[in-house]
Amino acid sequence: MHTASVDGVAAQPLSALLVLETADNVGVALRPLAAGESIAPGVTAAADIGFGFKVALREIARGQKIVKYGVSIGSATHDIAAGARVHLENMTSDYTVTHLRGGELSA
Amino acid sequence: MKGWLRQDGRKGIRNIVAVVYLVECAHHVAREIAHPDRENGVHLVGFPGCYPNPYARKVMERICTHPNVGAVLLVSLGCESFDRAGLAQAVAASGRPVETLIIQQAGGTRRTIEAGRDAVARMRSVLDAQVPVPMDVSELVVGTICGGSDATSGLTANPAMGRAFDLLVEAGAACIFEETGELIGCEGAMVPRAVTPELGHEIAESVSKAARYYATLGYGSFAPGNADGGLTTIEEKSMGAYAKSGASPISGLLKPGDVPPHGGLYLLDVVPDGEVRFGFPNISDNAEIVELMACGAHVTLFSTGRGSVVGSAIAPVIKVCANADTYRRLSDDMDIDAGRILEGRGTLDGVGREVFELILDVADGAPTASEAMGHQEFILTYKSFEPAGPACLPARAA
Repeated sequence: MHTASVDGVAAQPLSALLVLETADNVGVALRPLAAGESIAPGVTAAADIGFGFKVALREIARGQKIVKYGVSIGSATHDIAAGARVHLENMTSDYTVTHLRGGELSA
Repeated sequence: MKGWLRQDGRKGIRNIVAVVYLVECAHHVAREIAHPDRENGVHLVGFPGCYPNPYARKVMERICTHPNVGAVLLVSLGCESFDRAGLAQAVAASGRPVETLIIQQAGGTRRTIEAGRDAVARMRSVLDAQVPVPMDVSELVVGTICGGSDATSGLTANPAMGRAFDLLVEAGAACIFEETGELIGCEGAMVPRAVTPELGHEIAESVSKAARYYATLGYGSFAPGNADGGLTTIEEKSMGAYAKSGASPISGLLKPGDVPPHGGLYLLDVVPDGEVRFGFPNISDNAEIVELMACGAHVTLFSTGRGSVVGSAIAPVIKVCANADTYRRLSDDMDIDAGRILEGRGTLDGVGREVFELILDVADGAPTASEAMGHQEFILTYKSFEPAGPACLPARAA
């Protein structure tokens, strides 16, 4: 049976954000982030942000694409500050509105 | 790396006797034939239906002539409609030993099991005397699926497997990703990756076909729970699955049973053509693995967050676990701990390289976790497809 091998890189202290591709303008929170905490060079969490949620790596103007995995996953519906959570409150799908519980729509 | 050379030029990384039931009524007898030798390279596969289906016939022929299969024993009840003579002929024409047992003629359960075990022993001794030949990475076909996904699948295991795919394609191997129903919203990213504009058009069409099909079935593809976990849009969710494909150009669009003509990255269209018939496109993860094997996949990469334990008959399954907690809980069932990326103990590139190297080990004979524990799942159901059009497999530029 296979045993996991070491990557060849030293284990690093648990980082706050995972950035999947260099073109991305959002990162993913790797643990719950506290408002005001420094999460990347020049980026401070604007609010408490939960594990798995997206965080703006830089300012994103309303109408600009949200880029994750190196591609657009939707558009900003508001101006978004670096360090802000990027979710239903400030972005939307370019395909279909996202259906939430109780028949509420995100758009 | 070594492989068993088949008459069609392909090479197998295993040399298996397939015992095949051609209707559910022959399942028990076939299982009893295979069972004593299940850890000795004798695998059970089959089709349960009594009514004919060209898709099932084609997939079963591809499974019986899969490069990992060296010999085939067909087990028929006798009155089912499966074209057993045509299948036996196709297997014989591929240069493999093949025998057919018909339970109604052989004298029932007990006598057929005895005759079947004798046949398996003969086939096993023929295969055990065969000598493998050198095999190159460029001769491998590797598939990928995800199952038992959670929020971590699209962050760790899927992109890491995508990086392994890039390394394989670079080395000349053929790689196949699938499930067009989970690629809705990715057309914009996928179409420009197609090697010709015509292929790009076919890819976009296959995704809109999937969208129509799932809409008819009444599927909602984005659940409120997805948003609770931090996913915001359908295209974001799809991209998590799409990340399995890596970054190579897309060389073709396959349908189940189409074997990639050369190395490169391929999309497998798993959604049936025409009106909605026979229900869900694939009723469980193993149905997808069977279709990848029907396209010649020697190995399947399987990413899981919640923790699937399945393997497969015929072709080994490599389990890439996206979630570190799940890995700790189910470590016996997992081959790769990709969840450690989220704990700062690895990188996507590093885990991608580890997946690539494990594929080479497995191709060289190392058993995967599911293989070592005897997992040999197999399921084949009714579907219908039109043949892929000429634009789906563009000729490779010289």
